[in-house]
Amino acid sequence: MKTRDLVSSAISNTFRSKTRTVLTALAIFIGAFTLTLTNGLGTGINAYIDDTLEGIGVSDVLTVTKPDPSSVGFGASSTEPQLYDPDSIDVDQGGAPGSSVIALTPEDLDELSSINGVLDVQAVRQVTVDFVQTADSELYVAQLAGILEGQSLNITAGREPDTDATTHEVVIPASYVESLGFTDASAIIGETLTLQVSDATRTSHSVDAEIVGTSEPTLASPLGESIVANTSLTDALVEAQNTGIPAEQAERYPQASVWFAADASPEDITALKDRLSDAGYSGLTVEDQLGTFTTVIDGIVLVLNGFAVIALIAASFGIVNTLLMSVQERTREIGLMKAMGMGSGKVFGLFSLEATFIGFLGSAVGVFAAIISGTAISAALSESLLADLPGLQLIAFDPATTAVIILVIMGIAFLAGTLPAARAAKADPVTSLRYE
Amino acid sequence: MTQQIFTVHDLRKTYGHGQNAFEALKGVSFTIDRGESIAILGKSGSGKSTLMHVLALLDAPTSGKLSLDGVDTTSLRGKNLNAVRNKTFGFVFQQFFLTPNATVLENVTLPLKIAGVSASERRRRGMEALRQLELDDKAKNKAVNLSGGQKQRVVIARALVNNPSIIFADEPTGNLDSATGAVVEDILFDLNAQNGITLIVVTHDEELAARCDRQLRIRDGLLVDETLEVAA
Repeated sequence: MKTRDLVSSAISNTFRSKTRTVLTALAIFIGAFTLTLTNGLGTGINAYIDDTLEGIGVSDVLTVTKPDPSSVGFGASSTEPQLYDPDSIDVDQGGAPGSSVIALTPEDLDELSSINGVLDVQAVRQVTVDFVQTADSELYVAQLAGILEGQSLNITAGREPDTDATTHEVVIPASYVESLGFTDASAIIGETLTLQVSDATRTSHSVDAEIVGTSEPTLASPLGESIVANTSLTDALVEAQNTGIPAEQAERYPQASVWFAADASPEDITALKDRLSDAGYSGLTVEDQLGTFTTVIDGIVLVLNGFAVIALIAASFGIVNTLLMSVQERTREIGLMKAMGMGSGKVFGLFSLEATFIGFLGSAVGVFAAIISGTAISAALSESLLADLPGLQLIAFDPATTAVIILVIMGIAFLAGTLPAARAAKADPVTSLRYE
Repeated sequence: MTQQIFTVHDLRKTYGHGQNAFEALKGVSFTIDRGESIAILGKSGSGKSTLMHVLALLDAPTSGKLSLDGVDTTSLRGKNLNAVRNKTFGFVFQQFFLTPNATVLENVTLPLKIAGVSASERRRRGMEALRQLELDDKAKNKAVNLSGGQKQRVVIARALVNNPSIIFADEPTGNLDSATGAVVEDILFDLNAQNGITLIVVTHDEELAARCDRQLRIRDGLLVDETLEVAA
C-alpha cells in the first residue's frame, strides 16, 4: 500500500464512526485549547514586558546596592541578634523585600567608579516628601522618584521633566490631577506644585516646582505612580532634607546607578556584575529586575500547562479506548486485508495514523478555537479590566509555539495509538476471518 | 511453468500444545493442476477450512511439504509472502467481508490498494471487474445497500480484480437462496472455464461439489478418497 493511500484510508476510517471520533477528538480539543491559551498567556505577558522594556531604553544602567552580608533576605530571618551596623538601612526598593542593604558612602561611589567597565556613577538620593499641594488644594501624601538620563515615562499630557534644566520641574501621576483641583490634565500643566520635606530637626521646608506633565504607570515603569522630579528639584529637596545633618552623615545613599558601555554584550555585563560582587556590591540591570517577573510568569504558565497536559493524558486514554473498540469491530476487515497481502507494518501504520489524525483533528480545532477566543478575551480585557496597561495583549499567539503544540499532541495521540495498532498488526488472519 | 499449481505432501497441522493439542490435519497428500476446479468437501470440524487456510498461505503447516507453482512455501516470508498472497489469490467468503460504509468500487479495489496500484489504474481495473459481473452501475453505491446476491458478486469482483491464478471460495453460496446461489456458481465456473483460473471451493454442498472437476473429501483430518477425473 502506498503511503498516500495509507494516510487517506486512515483519514476516511476515522470518519466511519463519526460520533466516536468526535467525542474522542473533543477530549483532545479541551487539552489543546487549554494548552494554547495558557501558552498564549505566557507569550502575551512576556511580550508586553519585553516591549515596555525596550520602551524604557535604559539598558546601559546597573542599579547597584551593597547587600548586608548578615541579612540574606527573603525568608532567611535569623533568630539570633544581629550586630549593629550604623550604615545598615532597610530599603523599599532595589532589593528583595525584607532584606537590608548597607548605605553607600562617597568612598563607595569612588570605589565603584574605579571598577573596570564603569563609565559613570550616580547615587540615587532618597527624598521623603511629607505632602504636596497646589495653590488652593488639600495636602496630599506623595512619593518622589528621580529620573535617570535616558529613562522614559509613560507621559499622558505635557512633557517629561528636563534633567538639565536649572528650574524645578515635576511630573505628577494622572490620578492626582482631580484631587489637586483640576478637571483635566492639560489644565494643570504650568501650575506650581509645592512640595514639603522635613529635615532631621523636624523643621519643614517648602520647595515650589512647575508641573510640566502627567504620567500613567506601566508594568515595567513604576515611576508613573510617583511624582517625578528633575535633577535641580531633587537637589533642592535633598538639600532641604539634609539641613542640620553633618556633611559626612548626609551623604548616605541606599543605591547608586552605574552606567556601562551601551554596546556591552551580555557577557560583558555578566563580567561587570562579577567584578561588582567581588568588590562587595550587587548590580542589577533593568532586565534583571524584570527577569524576576518573567520567571514568575513562566513558572505560572508551566503549572497551567501541567494541567493542560494532564487533560491531554486523560484524552490519550480516550484514543486508546476508541481505537481498541475500532480494532475489535474491524477484526474481520483486518483479517481480510492481511489475507490479501497487507503486511503487519502497514496495518500498524494504518491504525497509528488514525490515532495521529484524531490527535491532529482535536488539536487543530482546539488551537484554532483558542486563538479566536483568546484574541476576543484579550481585546475585551484591554478595554475594561486592563485598560490601565496600554499595549498589553494578555493572550498572544506565536506561530512556532502553536505549531509545536499541534505536533506534540499528534505525538501523544500517536503514542496512544501504538497499543491498539500493535494489537491489530498482531492479529492472525485466520482467527480474524473466523471471527463472528 | 509447472502443470501442477499445488503439490501437497503429508501435510499436518496441529493447534495448541500438549494435552490441548488438536490435530486438524493428520497428513494429507495431493496435487492440484493449473486450471482445475476442486471441491474440498467435509463436515464442519473435518479440517476442510484448515486445509484451505494452509493452501492460501494464511496459516503455516506444522509439518509436511507444500509447493505453490513449484516453490516451497516455507521459503516465503514477510514481503514475498504478502506479495504472493496479493497477486496469486482471490478470496470469496460466505460472509462476504465487505466494508459496509465504503462504496462498491472501494471494496472491489482493496486488493489493488494494498498492492500499491495508482488511483486511476485502480479505478479502471475495478470498473472492468464490476462490468464483468454486471455491477458497474452500482459502483458508487454503499456496499451495505446491496442484496445478498449482489454482495457476493461484489466479492467475486474483488477476488478477480488483481487477476489471480487461484480463487478460493469458502461456502460461496452458503448465505444465498438457491436461485441466486446458482447464478454465483455459474459465474465462478465460467471464470474457471474461460479465464483458466484455478478454482478451489470449500463446501459441504454435494451439488456444488459435483460441478467441480475433482472432489477432495476430508474427514477427521484425513483425505477419504480422491475422486480423479470423474465425469460430471
